[in-house]
Amino acid sequence: MTIKGKACLVGAYEHPTRKAEDKSVAQLHAEVAKGALEDAGLSRRDVDGYFCAGDAPGLGPLSMADYMGLKLRHMESTDTGGSSYLIHVAHAAQAIAAGKCGVALVTLAGRPRSEGSSGTQPRSWGAAVPDAPFEAPYGIVTTNSYAMVAMRHMHEFGTTSEQLAWIKVAASHHAQHNPHAMLREVVTVKEVLDSPVIADPLHRLDCCVVSDGGGALIVARPEVAKSLAGQKRRPVVKIIGAGEAPKGQNGGKLDLTTSGAAWSGAAAFEEAGVRPADIQYASIYDSFTITVLVQIEDLGFCRKGEGGKFVADGNLISGTGKLPFNTDGGGLCNNHPANRGGMTKVIEAVRQLRGEAHPAVQVKNCGLALAQGMGGQLGTRHGSATLIFERE
Amino acid sequence: MNLSQERKIPAPTVNPENKAFFDGAAQGKLLIKKCNSCGEVHHYPRAICPFCFSDRTEWRDAKGTGTIYTYSVLRRGVPVPYCIAYVTLDEGVSMLTNIVDCDLGAVRIGQKVKVVFKPTDGGPPVPMFTPA
Repeated sequence: MTIKGKACLVGAYEHPTRKAEDKSVAQLHAEVAKGALEDAGLSRRDVDGYFCAGDAPGLGPLSMADYMGLKLRHMESTDTGGSSYLIHVAHAAQAIAAGKCGVALVTLAGRPRSEGSSGTQPRSWGAAVPDAPFEAPYGIVTTNSYAMVAMRHMHEFGTTSEQLAWIKVAASHHAQHNPHAMLREVVTVKEVLDSPVIADPLHRLDCCVVSDGGGALIVARPEVAKSLAGQKRRPVVKIIGAGEAPKGQNGGKLDLTTSGAAWSGAAAFEEAGVRPADIQYASIYDSFTITVLVQIEDLGFCRKGEGGKFVADGNLISGTGKLPFNTDGGGLCNNHPANRGGMTKVIEAVRQLRGEAHPAVQVKNCGLALAQGMGGQLGTRHGSATLIFERE
Repeated sequence: MNLSQERKIPAPTVNPENKAFFDGAAQGKLLIKKCNSCGEVHHYPRAICPFCFSDRTEWRDAKGTGTIYTYSVLRRGVPVPYCIAYVTLDEGVSMLTNIVDCDLGAVRIGQKVKVVFKPTDGGPPVPMFTPA
């Protein structure tokens, strides 16, 4: 069975807040759910499937279905960190194709900025985690984990800090047009390199922002999507391919410069029946500049090791570059709600396919888009997820 | 730049599956797991081999020498900078660790290193590495 054409994205909403000191996490989940339903033109009573991840409080779907008063016949709480929401979209499409639900709601929300989270703090997943005794004593945190990947990539392929900086420069070119973005100032390669080193070789401006907020998506049957698109006078956004893959340390036989995107991407392209060269817009998870570079290679936009050359000289800037990416400013400039950037990757891809991105960054006649997520840590173990969407 | 390491090292959580590793560390021995079914060594150590799923794994003494696969010095947001690294042991597997007792500004991929054991905050010592 394929999900190709079996389900559509009919609603997408990004919370405008970047600091939510006066709101609870459950409240933010409900606010984004309301926003996405309104965007879709549906009501809460239409929802019969619900998807959330570890950012949802309590027992995920149980706590949130009760809070929001949802009547469900399908629920799921796969958690692969920041890529969870791409997997939720794929699984919602599977559930819809199997007749298990007709309208699925996916929510993400969190307030790490208000709670003082940072990428230089250790994150604990509990005493039973088998890898933790062999990692926690050494001070593995988010920044130095990704930094080790960058260091190895530079060693194997000659990738430079200047090339990585171009990824941030491109994101900042897009963010200047987003009134909600945390960092709207256009930066130069030199400014990235002059920012303080956080974890060699990553500078402060190689790192994403920490923000509060959230987002939600509505996935529905094609018939529902067609009727809603008619009412809203906008195109249908079909899900045509999906892939997911975990990757870890492989029992100590490391290969840090390749990510699970090599498998999730290949699976998604095969299901969609398209090639990387066909993609007109790509949302690519950008917890750090190196995260983008590795995924671009693994998705096949260029060969392994040639990512540095590919991203340099503004090649990711919409309107001038070959692969317009993260036209909302991405995690590097716009937001990274709950320290999980997968949701906003899907939302901006939907905007592009509807032609609703900011005019300055809108890809002309955008008919085919990709969203790529990366959760967990690239330097230890991570979950990759790829989605391909087509405008009808 | 000479950045010496004086970081308080969090104690590892010892459980029945990994106890032998940390008992070994307390005696100054670096242990790795070898599978008697497929012959592969692995790290972090498991009761079940991650390569062939056999339960015929046993502890072996590692030589305690290796090469730096990658590293990063965390310089901001922490009281004392420290160097995290993966070291590829001569036995062929890589382990997450710290590079210590040296000029952290001079650490390089490919550098030869040897094991040293460092005390943790209320737990058994853990293996770290220093230039050989």
